Amino acid sequence: MYKLFLRSLISVLFLLGFSLNANAEFKVGFVYVGPTGDHGWTYQHDEGRKAVEAAGIKTTYVESVPEGADAERVIRQLAQSGHDLIFTTSFGYMDPTNKVAKDFPNVKFEHATGYKRDHSNVSTYSARFYEGRTLLGHMAGKMTKTNTIGYIASFPIPEVIRGINAMTLAAQKVNPDIKTKIVWVFTWYDPGKESEAAQALIDQGADIIMQHTDSTAPVQVAEKAGVWSFGQASDMQRFAPKSILTSIIDDWAPYYVERSIAARDGTWKQQDTWHGLKEGMVAMAPYNSAMGGDLVKEVEQLQKDLASGKAHSFTGPIYDQKGNILVAEGAVADDGMLAGMNVYVKGVEGDIPQ
Amino acid sequence: MEVQLIKIEKRNDVSRSIYFLTPVLAIFLTLFGGGIIFFILGFNPIEALKFFFITPISDLYGLSELLIKATPLCLIAIGLSFCFKSNNWNIGAEGQLIFGGVVGGGVALLFYNHDGFYVLPIIILSGAIGGMLFAMIPAILKTYFNTNEILVSLMLVYVAKLLLDYLVVGPWSNPEGFNFPETRQFSESARMPILFDGLRIHAGIFITLIAVFLSWLILYKTYLGFQIKVSGFSLKTAKYAGFKGKTMIIIVFMISGACAGLAGVGEITGPIGQLHRNISPEYGFTAIIVAFLGRLNPVGIIFASLIVALTYLGAETAQIFLQVPKYTGQVFQGMILFFLLGSDYLLFFKIKFLGFKKNEL
Repeated sequence: MYKLFLRSLISVLFLLGFSLNANAEFKVGFVYVGPTGDHGWTYQHDEGRKAVEAAGIKTTYVESVPEGADAERVIRQLAQSGHDLIFTTSFGYMDPTNKVAKDFPNVKFEHATGYKRDHSNVSTYSARFYEGRTLLGHMAGKMTKTNTIGYIASFPIPEVIRGINAMTLAAQKVNPDIKTKIVWVFTWYDPGKESEAAQALIDQGADIIMQHTDSTAPVQVAEKAGVWSFGQASDMQRFAPKSILTSIIDDWAPYYVERSIAARDGTWKQQDTWHGLKEGMVAMAPYNSAMGGDLVKEVEQLQKDLASGKAHSFTGPIYDQKGNILVAEGAVADDGMLAGMNVYVKGVEGDIPQ
Repeated sequence: MEVQLIKIEKRNDVSRSIYFLTPVLAIFLTLFGGGIIFFILGFNPIEALKFFFITPISDLYGLSELLIKATPLCLIAIGLSFCFKSNNWNIGAEGQLIFGGVVGGGVALLFYNHDGFYVLPIIILSGAIGGMLFAMIPAILKTYFNTNEILVSLMLVYVAKLLLDYLVVGPWSNPEGFNFPETRQFSESARMPILFDGLRIHAGIFITLIAVFLSWLILYKTYLGFQIKVSGFSLKTAKYAGFKGKTMIIIVFMISGACAGLAGVGEITGPIGQLHRNISPEYGFTAIIVAFLGRLNPVGIIFASLIVALTYLGAETAQIFLQVPKYTGQVFQGMILFFLLGSDYLLFFKIKFLGFKKNEL
């Protein structure tokens, strides 16, 4: 009888301790705009989450959260259910993130690609994807036979325009006759629209296809048509093994691990992060040997120079489409100019949709 | 010589109480089916169902969120019930919602930085008119040109979506918003008043309640309601009785469109506060399930909208606490409809097992 009592007492205490522990456990939450299996944007964020988990920190995610009225509830639920740090990984979560942050001063929030940090517990972060675009431009300029590069663009926001410009500038450097043709699809993820756009660009003579959208459809169209292409967000090589020259990889893992550990250990501070090749937030997938060893070496050197700061994606002279000077000879564009970029450089065809 | 194993016969005596109980049965079957799915996925079914259906509404905030989610669903479904009752298949409520939102949002932007009690009512009214006009397109095409209203109303959803896309990317985009596809945040005077501090529940719920009451009044107490019901039973009878079919068709589409437009305005002036590309997570389509689950009956639709709203909330909580895939919410909605239609079939038809009987001639 006595033993039984002791045993149950111990188990009750154990359970109690366990549940107290569970409440106090440090947890990180993630809000995704797409499904984790999109093989693009959300997939890479989820890879980052797995790295946090591997570092011994418990994580939770909610996928396919619409950027409308639902986002605020999901973010608030994560905050309410004991998550100490919450990453909201799409631009449309900017206002809801700041709104919830106001009500949960002890929870830390990290919003990707936004610019509002209304409260001291909100940080923003993004990656200098344009550095990767510079490398793509170099390869595209060397590899094209038709001097026409096809570019599938999502929305005319500064980030996308920056990518188009960085790519065009780098391509012009190695091939002055280059023309960039753009199709705006006004979506981040729509395999149907993206493949139509890729086909339209190929029909217009583009023999290089690149995308600022997240599905693998464009590279698959390029593979079929026998033209070159570049993967986006994750290594898409297995979807178009012959066509893909490389992919720009968004590697959020180191940042997520670093920020999660900082939040756990109490050293987290508000900041605005914009990391690139140097820090590894932008990484390149293995280069396709079909482009020749010399070109691979050139690109690897350029990658090193961009990372070390010896080269910059936006080095003057840079002209807009009308021939006005944007960046003087020898100067480089500052971050403020990059962040608000809303004009095309010379060599890009068409107008920015307004 | 033929062998007939199963024979399907129409039932003549369908009891009214069972007719209204089958949705409840469908929900229980869904819970049971959901439990089995959770079990196969490797979750404790009881625990998963608890996180799905109880945790989301275990506090005031959750209840408020449930009402926020149910408000547009209920409103749209009420409107759709007029169409469906009279055999008019309006599948494009989503488009009418978006168009109503576009018109209401346009007016809200027009009144940017404008104070006054009259601002919000004008926005709400313009949204209702927008949805109404948009719904009149399939109605007029049907009545005067004999087109199929299912196709026309459905295709118009894409028209409305593309129009919204165009406006938020182009002419209406926020001048200080770095070209992101969204408008400015509306002024305070253009927002639905919040009912309780700290909760998101807003005055839009009263619009829905008024719509429920009015629909009950129209459907059960007016000549129009009688016409609608008779047309639903038999178009020939309606014609024989001398009802003007064309006017009625246009009126039910107008009511339906106005309700969807109001739902759109409620979203943009309520929890969203601006126009962007995702003002509706397909409420217009989900409301079709709600309308049928509620038996096209105003009170039934209230309950149905709450249950379907709960499947959305539950999918989020279940993913947060158990990492159950979020798409289970849609699986639940599909299962409810499946079981409802299945039990309806058994309600109106009986299956006779005849065994191996040989009919020799």
